[in-house]
Amino acid sequence: MPPKSQLWLLATLVVAGIVSAFSGRIDPYFLDVTMGVGIAVTLAASLNLINGFTGQFSLGHAGFMAVGAYSSAVITTNFGPKLLPLVGGQVWILFPLSLVVGGLLAALAGLAVGAPSLRLKGDYLAIVTLGFGEIIKVIFQNVDAVGGARGLVGIPNYTNLFWTFGVAAVTVYVVWALLNSTYGRGFLAVADDEVAAEAMGLNPTRYKITAFVVGSFFAGVAGGLYAHLKGYLNPGGFDFNKSIEIVVMVILGGMGRHVGVILAAILLTAVQEPLRQLGDWRMILYSLLLIVLMITRPQGLFVWPLWKKKQA
Amino acid sequence: MTELLQQLINGLSLGAIYALIALGYTMVYGVLRFINFAHSDVFMIGSYVGFYLAPKLGAGSVPGGLAVLFAAMAACALLGVIIEKLAYRPLRNRSTLTVLITAIGVSLLLQNGGQKLFGPNPRAFPKLFPETQLHFGELTVSSNQLIVLAVSVFLLVMLWWIVHRTRIGTAMRALSFNATAASLVGINNDAVISFTFALGSALAGAGGILYAMNYPSIDPLMGTLPGLKAFVAAVLGGIGNLPGAALGGLLIGLVETFISGTRASTFRDAIAFAILILILLFRPAGLLGKMRVEKV
Amino acid sequence: MSVLLQLDNVTIRFGGLTAVSEVSATVNEHELVGLIGPNGAGKTTVFNMVTGVYQPTSGGIAFAGKPTASLKPFELTERGIARTFQNIRLFPSLTVFDNVRVAFHLHLEHDALHSLSRGPKFHREEIALRERTRELLSIFNLERVQNEPAKSLPYGDQRRLEIIRALATQPKLLLLDEPAAGMNPAEKIELMKLIQFIQEKFRLAILLVEHDMKVVMGICQRIHVLEYGRKIAEGTPAEIRANPAVIAAYLGQEHA
Repeated sequence: MPPKSQLWLLATLVVAGIVSAFSGRIDPYFLDVTMGVGIAVTLAASLNLINGFTGQFSLGHAGFMAVGAYSSAVITTNFGPKLLPLVGGQVWILFPLSLVVGGLLAALAGLAVGAPSLRLKGDYLAIVTLGFGEIIKVIFQNVDAVGGARGLVGIPNYTNLFWTFGVAAVTVYVVWALLNSTYGRGFLAVADDEVAAEAMGLNPTRYKITAFVVGSFFAGVAGGLYAHLKGYLNPGGFDFNKSIEIVVMVILGGMGRHVGVILAAILLTAVQEPLRQLGDWRMILYSLLLIVLMITRPQGLFVWPLWKKKQA
Repeated sequence: MTELLQQLINGLSLGAIYALIALGYTMVYGVLRFINFAHSDVFMIGSYVGFYLAPKLGAGSVPGGLAVLFAAMAACALLGVIIEKLAYRPLRNRSTLTVLITAIGVSLLLQNGGQKLFGPNPRAFPKLFPETQLHFGELTVSSNQLIVLAVSVFLLVMLWWIVHRTRIGTAMRALSFNATAASLVGINNDAVISFTFALGSALAGAGGILYAMNYPSIDPLMGTLPGLKAFVAAVLGGIGNLPGAALGGLLIGLVETFISGTRASTFRDAIAFAILILILLFRPAGLLGKMRVEKV
Repeated sequence: MSVLLQLDNVTIRFGGLTAVSEVSATVNEHELVGLIGPNGAGKTTVFNMVTGVYQPTSGGIAFAGKPTASLKPFELTERGIARTFQNIRLFPSLTVFDNVRVAFHLHLEHDALHSLSRGPKFHREEIALRERTRELLSIFNLERVQNEPAKSLPYGDQRRLEIIRALATQPKLLLLDEPAAGMNPAEKIELMKLIQFIQEKFRLAILLVEHDMKVVMGICQRIHVLEYGRKIAEGTPAEIRANPAVIAAYLGQEHA
């Protein structure tokens, strides 16, 4: 019998599949928001591995998301007509393949960024990842094959509830399983004290790169889902503000907490919708909230002493 | 050759502005060890102060222009002190990341508040000083460029004088050297930090005016890119190091100007980051900075 | 008895400062050796070179007969050198249990992929490791606080936990950097017993940097003395106590 955690994952996938099958009866607007929530959970959980558990500070998650989004969109949009017949015209084969390829390319980008910059700490690392994120954006703006600054349009709308929540569940499982083992405690040890971790025989660089690569992979997959949800991509959408949005989810969720970060991702995405009615005031309120929360609850929104003990 | 000199002058006048902004980043980093993300938006506010006050202070003449410049610096200094008091002071001794996120929050607040207050569309910046074009052979220098250079040099000298020749400047240096020791010898850390913010923000305000004079339209998001580049300049020079920030600013301005003249011009905005990454990878302490070694 | 750790004319300079100069010393297998000297004599620097934190400017270090040059700290730990730190460096937010468990990591066969698949092999190994962690904690009477975060322990327990964590890497050589610092006389006596007990029970060599002469003289079989980065004496506690150079070095500082 598989372990309990894997049964949970399986159950979530089955439920996502069933609900998805009936998604025709769900209000399209609500459906759209719900899928956005699923993507946000994937992004937040994957960044949580890097920033929360391994104690790094990446401000470039949107850049990796962009790599995944563009790669998978190019596969389905530009090469879809040629590739589809090869898989018997089955979208449910082509689409996840394109997501995985997007994820792998994002992971590759994560490796390229991570490997040289991991010597840096704290705000320096933050700035380098921010820089990489912006460079990725500028590159996409300058490549005409993917629409340049105008963006990429006509991406098929393959994303549905099953894929968004399936991917979110897999991401959460992977991050959880990776950490809940003797091997995985090394991530936390590296975050706590790198020098001591090294003295205990842990290779900090390997842990950090693993976190970066795995985190970037899922950011890339989330990007692919996003591309096939919206139907178009605009390089400006993957700027620094998008990265900040994800970072805020991780911080308000309580850096390095599984449940808190998922809740924060759901809350922050869902709350955007009613706030839209506020128009210009929305972002003003958002930034004020951010400042006040950082001052009053830097440990996150959902962290109480009781929880802390349970998860430690 | 003329082409080269022309680019050099353009690059220097752009670089001087980056230098002014970079100094603010570096001073705050020196005393508080964090990146003040909102600094670039204080720079934007400086431009808008100029925009609104120009007609009232008689811009278009030299005294009028200087009055606008001075008013923008004063307003930004005040804004810097307020931001520090309300947002950063409650976070003393918290983790860098908490402060960094708060700073990002302040930055977003200024940008979005600016869009609400000033309107999101670009505005044409008024003429502050009488403008002429000076010709030296085939070389063309606008009077605005000369003003940028003159004002920047004057402000840099003033800053040097404040930091090295006044009591409060000495206190600033003491604080950035060792905050605990500084408070032990009776330095009022909070007052020095306020002063540092005032000084850095005033320079950003001046930068905002000078920038707007040469790039005639302003908008509430205008701070982001020059701000990031100025930050790169600060890291390039060695963050926390004042001459380093000035040097870094000039270098970034020059590199950017020379790149703009080539075919790679659309990648101009990525260049600053590429430089930053190279610097951090090969000489993380920056050109003039000293490396801190963690004690085991 | 064979030589386990050998320092051969080791010198390290930081800029213009020579912190350690031409020090040669050995630690034999299953031997308890002290490294003493006044403040700033270079004791911790020697530790940092042995554990790969610093590379010597010249001279060589060999462990178990093999040179250690250019090995990283974690590679040296793999080879059997474990250490504690002068100013305790636990994993503060991890539990006491996880502090020790993570140090068993070196002897794991599973890795990231096994953590994901969570197959039977993974479970067997995890259960065995948990058992060993508990065993080790119970030897030192810390199992009662195993679920507390390490940072919440009292100072003395933190010191002991750091030693236990080092033992979990199953070293051949254990380096203890001023383990008695900040302890009162009664605690120091406890600590001396603990160190001797560890050496017997785990059959390992210990190199002890210590300030407190009573502790060093009381338990070490052999002592190296450093002053201003140079080695000025070596011998048994009795020899060291009678050595005029050592007395001169120490009388200026403190009456030990």
